[in-house]
Amino acid sequence: MKSSHSLREGIKLLFTYFFILIMLIIVLFPVVWTFVSSLNPGQSLYSSELSLIPKDITWNHYKKLFKETDFGIWYKNTIKVAFASSAVTVILVTLTAYAFSRQRFAGRKQSLVAMLVLQMFPGIMNMVAIYVLLNLIGLLDTHLGLVLVYAGGAIPYNTWLMKGYMDGIPKSLEEAALIDGAGNWTTMWKIILPLTLPMTSVIAIFSFVAPFGDFLFARLVLTTPTKWTLAVGLNDFISGKFDKNYTQFAAGSLLAALPVTILYLSMQNLLIGGLTKGSVKG
Amino acid sequence: MQQQFKLEKKELQSFGRYSSAFLSAVFMGVGQLFNGQWLKGIFLILLNTFVIIPNLPVLLQNFKGLITLGEIPMEDHSLFMMIYGIISVILALLILFIYIANIRDAYKNGLIKDKGGKTKGFKGALRDMMDSGFPYLILLPGFICIIFFTLLPMVFNILIAFTNYDLYHSPPKHILKYVGLKNFFDVLTTTTWARTFKNVLIWTIIWSVLATLTTYALGGFVAVLLNNPRIKFRKIIRTLLILPYAIPSFISILIWKGMLNTHFGVINKILTSVFSIQNIPWFENAHYTKVAIVLVNLWLGFPYSMMLITGILQGLPNDVYEAATVDGANGLQKFRYITLPLVLFAIAPLLIMSFAYNFNNFNIIYLLNNGNPPIFGYQGGAGGTDILISWVYKLTFEKLKFNYAAAMSLIIFILIVGFSVYNFTRTKSYKEEEMLR
Repeated sequence: MKSSHSLREGIKLLFTYFFILIMLIIVLFPVVWTFVSSLNPGQSLYSSELSLIPKDITWNHYKKLFKETDFGIWYKNTIKVAFASSAVTVILVTLTAYAFSRQRFAGRKQSLVAMLVLQMFPGIMNMVAIYVLLNLIGLLDTHLGLVLVYAGGAIPYNTWLMKGYMDGIPKSLEEAALIDGAGNWTTMWKIILPLTLPMTSVIAIFSFVAPFGDFLFARLVLTTPTKWTLAVGLNDFISGKFDKNYTQFAAGSLLAALPVTILYLSMQNLLIGGLTKGSVKG
Repeated sequence: MQQQFKLEKKELQSFGRYSSAFLSAVFMGVGQLFNGQWLKGIFLILLNTFVIIPNLPVLLQNFKGLITLGEIPMEDHSLFMMIYGIISVILALLILFIYIANIRDAYKNGLIKDKGGKTKGFKGALRDMMDSGFPYLILLPGFICIIFFTLLPMVFNILIAFTNYDLYHSPPKHILKYVGLKNFFDVLTTTTWARTFKNVLIWTIIWSVLATLTTYALGGFVAVLLNNPRIKFRKIIRTLLILPYAIPSFISILIWKGMLNTHFGVINKILTSVFSIQNIPWFENAHYTKVAIVLVNLWLGFPYSMMLITGILQGLPNDVYEAATVDGANGLQKFRYITLPLVLFAIAPLLIMSFAYNFNNFNIIYLLNNGNPPIFGYQGGAGGTDILISWVYKLTFEKLKFNYAAAMSLIIFILIVGFSVYNFTRTKSYKEEEMLR
């Protein structure tokens, strides 16, 4: 009885390990494959042999990225846009969410529902209007225009996320502060906002990462190649000519994915907490 | 009681509040002057005389532009006029809001004076405004951003759905015209368009369901497996498995696109050499493309649901399991009767959110194969794997049928809002909202 039980447990464990191993192979294969391709001396997709250890290894594609293309400039642009849009988003979202969560004012309920409906309107459908609008105010082909587009699109959803989190902070805290004679601003800055730091970081990371992954709006707004972000540039490497620049693309995409991947993996507990706890999604 | 009655009687004797409200209604700020609030009154009068009134003709001009969309081709740009018109409507609403607030303020302060009280000086009024105006003040920057980059484009898009804006009627060469519901009728009742719309809609729904179920099934399975404390290196394994979520999806989709290439892709090479399956036309046959899309999405999407379900599993109450052990339940029974119902209960709203997300999951459809392969007889450039949103994108930027695209996006919007609002009213965030009231 006892031994058959432990045997069953053993088989179960073995199966689990086997399954996890397969999952790990499937998950890691594209990454490893891309890395191998980036070291391949050839240029095209089909010149890459079906072996995980290439015969000749070369770092040329990485060097060429910075020497012969605008990759370095795109990298700098992306980080610049990411920082700016993250900062703008966090500031605007925090202020807006604070008003909705901690204040009572005429039109509050209506605005909340309006924001909810607004964030369901897919961003892609706003593209034509945004193009015309940016053209009108002269922000086309500028990073400021792109930052505003990212921040404007991110506010409604993230405000709900932040408001949900703030609602969980007990009201007695600021009541005590108000009795002690603290004004509105002091209560907000000194009492409530420090407590929202986990959610603030989640929103900051999400909005920092967004410019690395978006190429639709970046391509719409930015036309000069030296103003492009990484996504637009990478897409340009392989648009329609996969066979020509694949190894170059592989090197570039690994470098582009690196900061975001490290950020996500090192912050995974925080991000999971943010997603499951105060979130609209849960 | 007696006291209060007296007070109310006294109130009735003077009618200054009505006069001041009336004066403020006639001209902003005059009522405040009447109440003896000099600085506030003068400020409002100046605002009215030098900012609002001189701009009224401009607003009217823009309203007219919004309705006519221009008269002279090459001179009037219908799109600009539309944007100006929408902004003017928003500004007009703002002025109306200030105007009403001004009348209410005059009435309120008139009432204080009627009661024999003293109205506050400018400093006091300013402090009051800082207090009651605080929420509006901190909402302002966010709202301006939302108005320009979300609300305005949305209204613009809705208006375009009722115009004839396409390749052959594009400003400034032509003046746009409102055509009523024509675009909706064209898309939904012209035989070929209706057929395309129906097929694309069906695939959109199948795709959303498949994408949601596959990712949550695999993610949940892996999460449950990894929840076993006897597995070693659980933390490292989890971190490695999260990798697809951590890489920007734009990049991983393009990598998969290369790997799935029919002739040179590594996937077909492996299939040929290991299983001797000859080249599978991943991107040339719509059925295979659909399989590829669902599988790549599974790779991309399972870590997210794995993370969520891991979080739920770790939050499950321990005492229930202890009670079950005491009652003699085995592992499978515990899973079937405790874990599964609790997890399903927790992820039910997430499933609907995920469905809504996949319904508009543009990236994977567009980047993997551009919605292709093309299907003979489909209208508006729709391919065999296009979902509604990617079709809208093609209509807009490839076919330049802005009017049809706008009409279609309105249809998508209504579908999404329908079930999202239903779902959302049941989530935690919203319910807590109800409890506060």
